[in-house]
Amino acid sequence: MTQFPAKAAMGKRVRGRALVAKDGFSARYDLDRAKGVFSRPEHKLAGRSYVGRVLVLDAAKGGVATAWMLHEMQARGIVPAALVLNSINPIMVQGAALADFTMISGFETDITLAVPDGALVEVDPESDPPCLRILDEAE
Amino acid sequence: MRLTDEETALLRGEAGAARRWAIDHQMRVGRYLGAADFVPVSQAHIMADTESLGAAGVAWLERMAALPQAERQVRVPTITDPRGTDFAAAHRLKQRDWMLDLERRAIAAFQAMGILMTDTCINYQTIMPAVRGEHMAYGDTGVVIYSNSVLGARSNFEGGPSALAAGLTGRTPRYGFHLDEQRRATLMVEIADTPHDLADWGALGGIVGRLAGDYWQVPVLRGIDRVPGSDELKHFGAALASYGSVALFHIAGITPEAVRLDDVADPALAVRARITAADIQAFQQAYRAKVDKVDVVVFAAPQLSLLEMQTLAGLLDGRRASVPLLVVTSPQVKPEADRMGLTARMEAAGALVLSGMCFYNSYAREMAEANQWRSLATNSAKLTNILGGYGYIPALLSMAACVDAACTGRIGR
Repeated sequence: MTQFPAKAAMGKRVRGRALVAKDGFSARYDLDRAKGVFSRPEHKLAGRSYVGRVLVLDAAKGGVATAWMLHEMQARGIVPAALVLNSINPIMVQGAALADFTMISGFETDITLAVPDGALVEVDPESDPPCLRILDEAE
Repeated sequence: MRLTDEETALLRGEAGAARRWAIDHQMRVGRYLGAADFVPVSQAHIMADTESLGAAGVAWLERMAALPQAERQVRVPTITDPRGTDFAAAHRLKQRDWMLDLERRAIAAFQAMGILMTDTCINYQTIMPAVRGEHMAYGDTGVVIYSNSVLGARSNFEGGPSALAAGLTGRTPRYGFHLDEQRRATLMVEIADTPHDLADWGALGGIVGRLAGDYWQVPVLRGIDRVPGSDELKHFGAALASYGSVALFHIAGITPEAVRLDDVADPALAVRARITAADIQAFQQAYRAKVDKVDVVVFAAPQLSLLEMQTLAGLLDGRRASVPLLVVTSPQVKPEADRMGLTARMEAAGALVLSGMCFYNSYAREMAEANQWRSLATNSAKLTNILGGYGYIPALLSMAACVDAACTGRIGR
């Protein structure tokens, strides 16, 4: 089992299959929230479902809407399991705080290169330091 | 985080449930982002269109608004970003009744909390510009980057929940751009050709935003050879924030914290990139090449200033749009445009002049489906960046070229 400590995290411990790309994240810019898929054509995950996945992406992007949208997505159950980012912005933190959503960020390595797409991972905000664990690399 | 006695009392619920939620929310955010304490703010600015809120968010606001009067009132002036509709024109946009119902409910909730429904993303041009060094809790990335960079204010991106929390507590966690050390330049860019057209300024913002890459980067521009106007920096900043999630830039010799380059940049900071007019044209061409026929033309994001309204009215005089032409401004500018005859001139050319909303946060996907809009022309780089995910194929053009596209239904080559 490989483990990656992080600078900060919030929310509950969750497990899920990773959906990984070296690309940014904004709920407004990148998602069709009704269908639960990445919809921006230029995004490396375009067309792929994010529902129930642990999203492993590079940096928070875009505007302020994600601060409400994580809460809205969670209320409808069409939502990722967690968000894992190399670099966050305050909007992601504010959105996760409102929605009690699991998020972790700030790794010593580029987390999008360290986690294979489809791997079974665990995000543990409660450990000290908080960490992401790869439980099984194969889907 | 260090708390004052007053903040401790808020956390204990001594000022009611709304303020207890607010300070707890702010502490969760502050702890994540390394805030040592809180800083008082003069104003809060809330982004809360109902496409973002959804039914769950509106119900959440209504629960807050149902608390006792003394508990739910904001403590500092709190204003709003554009809403998701202009009720006077909603039927022409083919917005549905359920969207308008959600908007009405959200507005009622905000009003019950004492929030001023300014419905604008250009409050720095129309309501009350921030003063250098003034700490704010601004929503809307365009408002934050303009106020931080051009006015020297101090704000992070405050999403709707956090801006509301700041309104309720009168403070915000002290991290990020409230701190001197976060305001130093991290990225230097040489500008070979100073842009003139607003779309070119937006394209430059997009290019620098892509270079910057994340919220914590602070670009400083060198080589701008004249003092840009407010609308030019508005489009530059909005695009920079949109493409790069950037909240602060400096322009050497122009913006207030960068009177001299070394006021904000360490001597070791090297030029990362040199941006030419060809780069700006290439940025626009990458979008333009995908569009021939145009379904709709939109001027928005940010809302148009009175001066932009005047320029656009002049370009439309004597012409007639053959495809829908939407012009979006603020509730503060619209009456002035009406009074001065600008609205009538634009409407005579077939434009629909909208107030208090923005295009992308007004159920853009549903409007596209209802109106069969797919290809779109705009002079807003920010709008160009956002709309791809909503199913549009956007083209970034000058204001004059957008007017031509509206009249011919095609993009000139």
